[in-house]
Amino acid sequence: MTWATGLLAPDQPWAPLLVATPLAAALAAVPFGRRAPLLLVALTPFSGALAVLAIAQVWSHGEIVYHVGGWPPPLGITLRIDGLSAVFIATTALVATGVALFSLPKYGRQSKGETRAAFAFWPLLFAMWAGLNAVFVSNDLFNLYVALELLTLTAVALVALDGKPKTIAAAIRYLLFALTGSLAYLLGVIFLYGVFGSLDISALAISASPHAVVLAAGVVMTTGLLAKTALFPLHGWLPPAHSGAPAPASAMLSALVVKASFFIILRLWFTALPMAASAAFLQLLASLGAVAIVFGSVLALRQNKLKLIVAYSTVAQLGYLFLMFPLAGGGNEMQSWAASAWTGGVFQALAHATAKAAMFLAVGAMIEAAGEDRLDRLTGIAHGVPVAVFAFGLASLSLMGLPPSGGFIAKYLLLTSALASGQWWWAAVMIAGGLLAAAYLFRPLSRALAEADPKLFTPVPRLQQFIPLALAALSVLLGIFSAQPYALLQIGRVPGASEGLP
Amino acid sequence: MSAFLPILILLTSFTPALIIFFLPEHWRMLRTAINLTGAIAKVSLVIVMLAGVASGETYEFRFELAPGLNILLRADALALLFISLSAALWLLTTIYAIAYLAEGPNQSRFFGFFSLCVAATTGIALAGTLITFFVFYELLTLATWPLVIHRGDSNSFAAGRKYLAYTLCGSASMLIGIVWLESMTGPIEFTVHDRLLELDATTLRVIFVLLIAGLGVKTALVPLHSWLPAAMVAPAPVSALLHAVAVVKAGAFGIVRVIYDVYSVALVQQLGVGLPLAFIASLTIVYGSVLALRQDDIKRRLAFSTVSQVSYIVLGAALPGPFSTIGGLVHLVHQGLMKITLFFCAGALSERLHIYKVQELDGAGQRMPWTMLAFSIAALGMIGIPPVAGFVSKWYLGVGGLQGGQVWVLAVLAASSLLNAAYFLPLIYRAWFKPAGGGDGGLAEWPLGLVLPAILTALAALLAGVFAYAPYSPLSWVTFIVERNYGI
Amino acid sequence: MTSALLFAFSGVAVIAIGLFGLIGRWRIERRVIAFNLVGSGMFLLFGAVAARRAGVDADPVPQAMIITGIVVAFSATALFVALIERLVAETGRSTLPEDTPDEDA
Repeated sequence: MTWATGLLAPDQPWAPLLVATPLAAALAAVPFGRRAPLLLVALTPFSGALAVLAIAQVWSHGEIVYHVGGWPPPLGITLRIDGLSAVFIATTALVATGVALFSLPKYGRQSKGETRAAFAFWPLLFAMWAGLNAVFVSNDLFNLYVALELLTLTAVALVALDGKPKTIAAAIRYLLFALTGSLAYLLGVIFLYGVFGSLDISALAISASPHAVVLAAGVVMTTGLLAKTALFPLHGWLPPAHSGAPAPASAMLSALVVKASFFIILRLWFTALPMAASAAFLQLLASLGAVAIVFGSVLALRQNKLKLIVAYSTVAQLGYLFLMFPLAGGGNEMQSWAASAWTGGVFQALAHATAKAAMFLAVGAMIEAAGEDRLDRLTGIAHGVPVAVFAFGLASLSLMGLPPSGGFIAKYLLLTSALASGQWWWAAVMIAGGLLAAAYLFRPLSRALAEADPKLFTPVPRLQQFIPLALAALSVLLGIFSAQPYALLQIGRVPGASEGLP
Repeated sequence: MSAFLPILILLTSFTPALIIFFLPEHWRMLRTAINLTGAIAKVSLVIVMLAGVASGETYEFRFELAPGLNILLRADALALLFISLSAALWLLTTIYAIAYLAEGPNQSRFFGFFSLCVAATTGIALAGTLITFFVFYELLTLATWPLVIHRGDSNSFAAGRKYLAYTLCGSASMLIGIVWLESMTGPIEFTVHDRLLELDATTLRVIFVLLIAGLGVKTALVPLHSWLPAAMVAPAPVSALLHAVAVVKAGAFGIVRVIYDVYSVALVQQLGVGLPLAFIASLTIVYGSVLALRQDDIKRRLAFSTVSQVSYIVLGAALPGPFSTIGGLVHLVHQGLMKITLFFCAGALSERLHIYKVQELDGAGQRMPWTMLAFSIAALGMIGIPPVAGFVSKWYLGVGGLQGGQVWVLAVLAASSLLNAAYFLPLIYRAWFKPAGGGDGGLAEWPLGLVLPAILTALAALLAGVFAYAPYSPLSWVTFIVERNYGI
Repeated sequence: MTSALLFAFSGVAVIAIGLFGLIGRWRIERRVIAFNLVGSGMFLLFGAVAARRAGVDADPVPQAMIITGIVVAFSATALFVALIERLVAETGRSTLPEDTPDEDA
């Protein structure tokens, strides 16, 4: 059994495998062509095992730092896996597996339609998976840039998959925003290199100081990343892109890709440059988040197409993520509520990832049953795809912040921090956001539950209905079994108060 | 075992829900079997728990969600009262619902959410902390919405929309209150008293208003009550559940918990929020009855009667003194028994004789004598005529009002009884003493599932009143709770 | 003025020109070129910044990063151009339609 304990030792070079495995699958998918889904047989268990290994390692040994090729920084690239990385890696594995399984009927060997989309889908999906994992394990700012670009390219290509003019336009708009964002990020990286001579996040953490240039670099980088995370007012590309993409792609985009740039913002301000954050900047971020919540929700209420409702919901929900900055960041780190605010924000990201993926996949099933996604054509769809509608409802729980979902735990943690720190206005925003989410989600849900003749709808394979249910159930389970993830997230967190709620 | 019994009781309704959701629509026998098994299992486990508590055991289940955020299920005396009531009534309502919906559509969906509803009520009853209470309270909202919109027509959806709007806003208010309070005091457990004494009075008042407003929506306090009559479009078993066991009672139960276990009666009086609450409750009592008079639809009349009657519980909680407390708490049980009887009967009348309006009741007593007998007993109890149980609660409330120096309470009680008489007596008169207007005559007292539950609950209401001073009656139980737990 | 400073200024100037091209309602091809300009300007700036840091010897790390960046920008441009070609083939125009997202097709 020594090989097993050896496998669990932290200096084994399996950390790069997290990126290499999906990348290899992406490369292999090209020659495999229409048999590409076969790769899932190897990829899914292997990546799943790696994710479990990551969590086990972090849980028992703490934060893992690995120098690729044995080269230490500043020449080499470091990979770091802490609690935050581990949960994101696991969530990515789960969502990507779900999306892949969901897409089997449409893009697998049985598909009868156009083959180019089926051909392109698998390498793009696997490459996106690799890019996501790369973001979550990289400890070097330039490595993150490369990973971000990989994500952008695969995401844009997936958006444009069906080739219609409107989606091509949406993809181009996305590409413009994303590339401009990358350039801004690069500019900040250049500044930081100029000041510190290293881009390694751990090195920056040690040598960072509240210098004006550092703050300026951070702000520029964050602005670029905000464009990729679609925070108000840089959100305009998201609704057309996420609603124009095929449902599995939308799931990956809304659930994971926008979270990757958010992850980098977290790394930047909580790990690399915590001392450089000014209170005004953090309040600005949260204010933009608050506006995003209200703006996105109001626009979601006005839509008549289901995919657009879900896309605007993403715009709104991403706003919640930024409310954690003034509560947990900057000088607040030493406060007793910082831990719950930070964990609450991450829980929100995770709950939203699983719930939104479930929602988009459920919507995909509903559209297949009804033929299109206009709301008036979806009346009574619960008689056609009852499990998918149930999954939609279950996922809505998380988005509305109602118990027993992960979204409720996140909301509760953020609310207590907001009130404990005296910044009660964020609490008001969160409550209002929850009510607005209920308004724009119960609208399609009611319509789906109306009376209708089941024979009007095309039957949808059971697999495509149960996968969203499984993902939605995950978001609920995150709310019930939340103690362990909470503890896991504290591993490797920036030193500060790790106390819980008062 | 003592840690698992509470969660087991919860699971007896939660597991059936999960199974029933995925049952094909036409598997009636299996669905009925699972429903009844769950209900009977729950009643049995509750009896086990009662026996255990009587012999000195404590039942507590703790589960950590996040540091400082715990789910706590504990069987204290008040919890046991509520859970016994809901377990017993759930069994009867299940039997009734199976008979009522016999060939209707979407039964798997209905019974799935029905069971979830009861699971949520169990959680509310057993909740040991404010946040646990809130979690299950929210679950109740979510589980009842699909029941309200069950028929799927535009009226149902409009009612559902109103229901959601009211209840979700109410819960937002409640969440703010809870989080605010707990940010200053730490998690609030119901058995740990006197935590709030160091806090600022104005803050405490504002939080009290937030909490009561949130709970008041479900309790249908004026002016937060209009969702209740609108929700009458739901099938009768839903109305029965909503009005006697689950939603409205949960709200009232929550108010009782807040006043007795979170704030304490002394603090409520000291802050001066007790009297305004009593006023609002009294206003609701009178206003509900006045509006009930103006309804032609039987179910709507009963709905407004509920609005009025549940506020007796709130009135009892808001007034100082042991008698009003006892009166309010015991009305929780009595009103449950009487109101569920009335709704069972109303549903039977509408299903068998297609009677929806007051005018159509003529001569119903000849065609459905047992049902109308149950109806009459329950109605008399509502009015407050001895020996049915309603009289007992009103008596105690009146005495409590006198003792606390609030003589106007007597006026409110008297007015309410008069109004109750005004809108119930005509129904009884029409049913028994007027000849039936057409129709084919003949006895219509079947199926048994529609009739028997009403008779049982009416009997229970009668016995609760006649044997009110017997050792295990609701009244004695409540007296015991008040004396032991609140020392008043 | 050292050569590093000269490169830095020219880098900034190129970025500025490129930014002007990115923002505003140009045809999309112009935006592609503008994006490449900004990228090239950034790399110039990067090289200059690195030179200032290293002193006598050239710092190899930024050189590696610049090369990587050029490759990344190249692939992005390739995707960009492919999308534009497809858009022109489908619609015959090379401006982004400015319609609102929720217009019915």
